[in-house]
Amino acid sequence: MQKNKYPPGDLAIWIFILAELLVFAAFFGAYAFTRLKNVELFNYYQMTLDRNAALLNTLALITSSYFVVRAVADIREDDSKGCKRWLWAAIAMGAFFIVIKGGEYAHHFSAGVTLSSNTFYMFYLSLTFFHFMHVILGMVILAAVALKVGRGGYSADEHTGVETGASYWHMVDLVWLILFPLIYVMR
Amino acid sequence: MQYSSQAVAKPYFIAAIGLFVGQILFGLILGLQYVLGDFLFPEIPFNVARMVHTNLLIVWLLFGFMGAAYYLVPEESERELESPGLAIAMFWIFLVAGALTILGYLLVPYAGLAQLTGNDLLPTMGREFLEQPTITKLGIVVVALSFLYNIGMTVLKGRKTVVSLVLLIGLTGLAVFFLFSFYNPDNLVLDKFFWWWVVHLWVEGVWELILGSILAFVLIKTTGVDREVIEKWLYIIIAMTLITGIIGTGHHYYWIGTPEYWQWWGSVFSAMEPIPFFMMTVFAFNMVNKRRREHPNKAAVLWALGTATMAFLGAGVWGFLHTLAPVNYYTHGSQITAAHGHMAFYGAYVMIVLTMISYAMPMLRGRTAANSNKSQVLEMWSFWLMTIAIVFITLFLTAAGILQVFLQRMGENPLPFMVVQEKVALFYWLREIAGLVFLIGLLTYVASFFVGNDEPEAKTAG
Repeated sequence: MQKNKYPPGDLAIWIFILAELLVFAAFFGAYAFTRLKNVELFNYYQMTLDRNAALLNTLALITSSYFVVRAVADIREDDSKGCKRWLWAAIAMGAFFIVIKGGEYAHHFSAGVTLSSNTFYMFYLSLTFFHFMHVILGMVILAAVALKVGRGGYSADEHTGVETGASYWHMVDLVWLILFPLIYVMR
Repeated sequence: MQYSSQAVAKPYFIAAIGLFVGQILFGLILGLQYVLGDFLFPEIPFNVARMVHTNLLIVWLLFGFMGAAYYLVPEESERELESPGLAIAMFWIFLVAGALTILGYLLVPYAGLAQLTGNDLLPTMGREFLEQPTITKLGIVVVALSFLYNIGMTVLKGRKTVVSLVLLIGLTGLAVFFLFSFYNPDNLVLDKFFWWWVVHLWVEGVWELILGSILAFVLIKTTGVDREVIEKWLYIIIAMTLITGIIGTGHHYYWIGTPEYWQWWGSVFSAMEPIPFFMMTVFAFNMVNKRRREHPNKAAVLWALGTATMAFLGAGVWGFLHTLAPVNYYTHGSQITAAHGHMAFYGAYVMIVLTMISYAMPMLRGRTAANSNKSQVLEMWSFWLMTIAIVFITLFLTAAGILQVFLQRMGENPLPFMVVQEKVALFYWLREIAGLVFLIGLLTYVASFFVGNDEPEAKTAG
């Protein structure tokens, strides 16, 4: 009976997700309009970003979302062990993202880039850092869910918490899927 | 009243209402000085009246919050207050210190007051809302610490609920951010930067947690809706409040010497600040619609719904009006700010304190749940008089603000400040009339405590 529930997870997380998406949308909109006025500046500094690292991170997040899907599928079959394994795998992918992104930040900061360097870097740092914090929050949520799964806290009949965590993680992934082309690729 | 120590809330509430009356009287003096510049000069100059008006507001709201916490926490924690004696002692210390400070404002020139209270030893005076002499500020810290100790120990030793924990976080934040009033750097940019940590992070951060938890408490009591449902809402609301409110502080950092990115951060995050207020409106009306019983205290339910609505309008909508950097470029510090300030403070914080007083006072005065019908009817009259009056005050100030921005800051030939003030005087007169209606509403409110006391309690219909 849980399987057909819509939206999946707790309704509260959806209100939260929508509010978060609204904040990101506002930032994306601001980026787009500002870029229109400074196309050359944006194109020039875009070339200083590490697109390979960002592509790796994109793959990491998509893979992690796939792992989360497998985790939800497992708990629906009452397989707590499998669910827990997939969740930790997803968290590991999140950690991979953090490390790669941290490397990018280290590179930029050592080159003396700050929020005040120019408008492009201001947006680049603000948007990616805001998303970065969401990856960390998502990992904390997934870890909390994984720990509860480990204690046998969820079952095929009652796994709202797993779906709630999964929904939030997909949101984090989705935002990156817009952020990556918008900031790193589109010219 | 389930615990006898809840009774300490009563003097706090009475003091709050008394100071509220004082605040409004000074508001009327101030409103008149906008149009008759030398009214009561030199006895009460404009800057002194303004200082008394705003400081009394903050102080009576603090009295209200403390009273609310003293009433709410024992009931949530299911035990007596840690130390009722300490609560009463702090009440008198706070009241006497507050009264002396106000007398100091009125009787001694401000510079003299600074000298008298040794401001040069640790200079903290002279900033809007933080005008109190340093010694008063130290007193506030002592009162706040004792209060936190009292409330904190009661919460930690008793049943822990989401409502009491959110309240405790809010109150702790209130005390912590007040400490920034002691930080007074010579650099004007840094000074302003941290000044907002008290002023903004109070009203758009930790005070919202206090507001949310008091509202949740009153709704649990009056609607009988499951605590779990209400607590879940409270969680989302405070999460959104903190996400938007903390970085949203940036909307005060435009063009004051801070880095440019604050214009973006401030605009985007503060533009989202209406969301938690909107959630609060949806939440309150939903809970009342889903109510499982008819509470005989109809006035308290009315105040609760009023808070949720007016906080959204005043803080949310009127805040959004001028929060975006390109708009604020023109409206900064105009009458639009004053319009927002009036409705936001009334809608969010005045009304939540009055909600709590309305809910708790009947029990504190020996009733079982509610006042007599007669008293409640009068109280609801006062609700509508004050609320409608503040709506008109806000609309008139908004009109004055739009005209002011248009004449003084836009167009080919911007006019000087004082010329524009003359031109918008009509709106100031209208605002003063609305202010008189507010005073009538407030006097009606006070009267509601004195009528129908010998009549039986209101019963629920059916």
